[in-house]
Amino acid sequence: MSSWIVSNFWLIPAVPLAVSLVVLSLANPQRSIAALLAIFGQVVAFVLAIMAFLATLQMPGFRAVHNFIWFTFGDQALRIGWMLDPLAAAMMVMITLVGLCIFVFSVGYMAGDKNFTRFFSYLSFFSGAMLGAVIANSLLLLFVSWELVGLASYLLIGFWIERPSAAAAAKKAFITTRIGDLGFFLGMLWLYHNSGTLLFYDRGRGCLEDGGLLTIGASATFIALLIFCGAVGKSGQFPLHVWLPDAMEGPTPVSALIHAATMVAAGVFLVARVYPLFSLGAVNGVTPSLTVVVTVGVVTALMASLIALAQFDIKRILAYSTVSQLGLMMVSLGVGGVAAGIMHLIAHGFFKALLFLGAGSVIHGLDHEQDIRKMGGLRWIMPVTFLTYAIGMMNLSGVPFFFSGGWTKEEILHRTAHWSVSPLPHYLMLAGVILTALYMTRQMIYVFFGSARNTDQGPVFHAHESPRVMTMPLIVLALCSILFVLVLTPAWPWLHAYLNGEPARADLSLLIQPILFLSLALVAGGIGVGWLIYRNASEVDPLARAQPGVFRFLENKMWFDEIYERTIIALSRMLSRLANWLDRYFWDGLVRLFAGLAQAFGVLSKGFDDHGINAGVDETTAGTRGFGRLIAAAHSGQIQAYLGAIAIGMLLLLVLYAWLG
Amino acid sequence: MTSTLQLFLIISTALFSIGLLAALSRRHAIFILIGIELMLAAANLNFIAFWRFSPEPQQPTGVLVAIFSIAIAAAEAAVGLALVIAIYRHYHTTSVDKLDQLKG
Repeated sequence: MSSWIVSNFWLIPAVPLAVSLVVLSLANPQRSIAALLAIFGQVVAFVLAIMAFLATLQMPGFRAVHNFIWFTFGDQALRIGWMLDPLAAAMMVMITLVGLCIFVFSVGYMAGDKNFTRFFSYLSFFSGAMLGAVIANSLLLLFVSWELVGLASYLLIGFWIERPSAAAAAKKAFITTRIGDLGFFLGMLWLYHNSGTLLFYDRGRGCLEDGGLLTIGASATFIALLIFCGAVGKSGQFPLHVWLPDAMEGPTPVSALIHAATMVAAGVFLVARVYPLFSLGAVNGVTPSLTVVVTVGVVTALMASLIALAQFDIKRILAYSTVSQLGLMMVSLGVGGVAAGIMHLIAHGFFKALLFLGAGSVIHGLDHEQDIRKMGGLRWIMPVTFLTYAIGMMNLSGVPFFFSGGWTKEEILHRTAHWSVSPLPHYLMLAGVILTALYMTRQMIYVFFGSARNTDQGPVFHAHESPRVMTMPLIVLALCSILFVLVLTPAWPWLHAYLNGEPARADLSLLIQPILFLSLALVAGGIGVGWLIYRNASEVDPLARAQPGVFRFLENKMWFDEIYERTIIALSRMLSRLANWLDRYFWDGLVRLFAGLAQAFGVLSKGFDDHGINAGVDETTAGTRGFGRLIAAAHSGQIQAYLGAIAIGMLLLLVLYAWLG
Repeated sequence: MTSTLQLFLIISTALFSIGLLAALSRRHAIFILIGIELMLAAANLNFIAFWRFSPEPQQPTGVLVAIFSIAIAAAEAAVGLALVIAIYRHYHTTSVDKLDQLKG
């Protein structure tokens, strides 16, 4: 059984992709078939992913690789392939499980939508593309899947195309990530130029193995940084983070699946996958490219947590928290904690999907109201949503013990503390922990605590708990995020060892580490301060009352959009205006000049034709025609005239005959 | 006046000329046919005359040719008349002046 899956794990992305095509061909009224098919495809993928995962347990550091020639070009054969290793298997299980929950949730959330079948087709398509990126053993195949994922994201952000803001957000997401992907693509070309292969693992000759790494040499830093550009775009890192909050225009399950749990984590996954390129030539675990990764991660994490403090849209707060958590994962990768980063990625996938689905449940119950100022007091009205949301919040804030997010964050903080370059990221990440606890407390209080604001005729007035089909996924995800703790505590760091390809050791004495108390204090402080500040929150944010200037700065997302509007977009607009002017006046003028010349030549040629050649030809034809007319006159059609002519001819012959004797 | 070959030839020439004149000058198709018949009759007369004044008048060669000619002329007249009728049905006229569609 396990050998079958090892040679056929390509089915895991193939099944959702095939299902997506089938669902796409369904007519709109066939809702239940579409939903069942999509969920069925996801279940199959999940089961296969579990089988693949079990297969990787055979031995530490398991890796199965299938390479084949895609096409030959001259004497160069381009080879692609897929592989199964602990990283891919863990990612696949997380993606399919979270995906399954979100598919089920969508059945309830999208129940009233007129494009229900299209939605499930896109979701399946996304799932297949994402799984394809995870099992790719070739940078090219990864890039292709990466772009397919981007396409799915574009289609789903703009799913409600009749909203101009959704269309604009989809365009923004697509173009912004494309800027990063350009770097990714250039890095890929450079890598191919140097190493001659894009395969990751190829019996020692792949670009991530010693044989390939030797050929890359000193340019590895630049290649790694170019590839990191792609990760920056996809994972919403500074300075390309601006698309991610806008992507919340899509349906909430989409935000949960793509823009929280899976796709945005693809950037982190990419860095983890090509980590040998980043760490090539590392001295003491530090390379220039990794330092850049840490810097970008730190800036992103802090900036996003600060902005999240001053947002009022329930989904945007979560979006900024996603950005900051992704920054945290980048920091972890940068300081050398690949396994820690991936563990946080997986834990984050569970609890962030949970939070987003919880937000979706709230939005659904409040008839598409997203402003937290108009909520409040929902803890009695939506108890299941409240409880699961609280679990998600504990995970995100980093409360240890029962919550996986706490343990993985612990691990990352532990890693940053031992970074040899500078202790600054460690302290900044500790500050980030406080901020995270603070903004999540604020959100909880605004949404679930206190009394309902705007009760008369407001959305809370009609609020109701979501149907079972929506609360069940919440419960499943909440359980996942709690049970996940079992494999990642320091006492038995099974997942850590699994990802690193080592055997795991259980040691209960390692459970309690000093940093645990530090972060516990910070989280408790954050939540406590948050409680004090926001306890009596009203329509006006307490922070806005205390520091209106700072608040406005944060509320407007540090004016990133405005700055980009004034600089990059203005520049590109100016360039396009210049290009337009050049086209219209310079190039068009040139074209017109040549056209005029050709036209003048045509006039000359025509004159010559008319007066030189045509005159002669006309003369000839006129002569021919005149002669023809002359002869035609004889052919009067009068039979008697012909007869007469014959008679005269006969007579003449007779005369001639007589005359000649 | 003795009956000589010349006399017959003169008569046949006159007959032929009359026929030709009729064929050339009459406008009615039937009259043209009649003219053509006259010309054929002149030719037959020639055959008979040359046969009668030939060195061996015992063999009925000339008469045979004339009989053949008459038979053919009858057939020709039948075809010609049929053509005239067909033309009349089509054009509602038999005047050859108006039947000039064959002109080049």
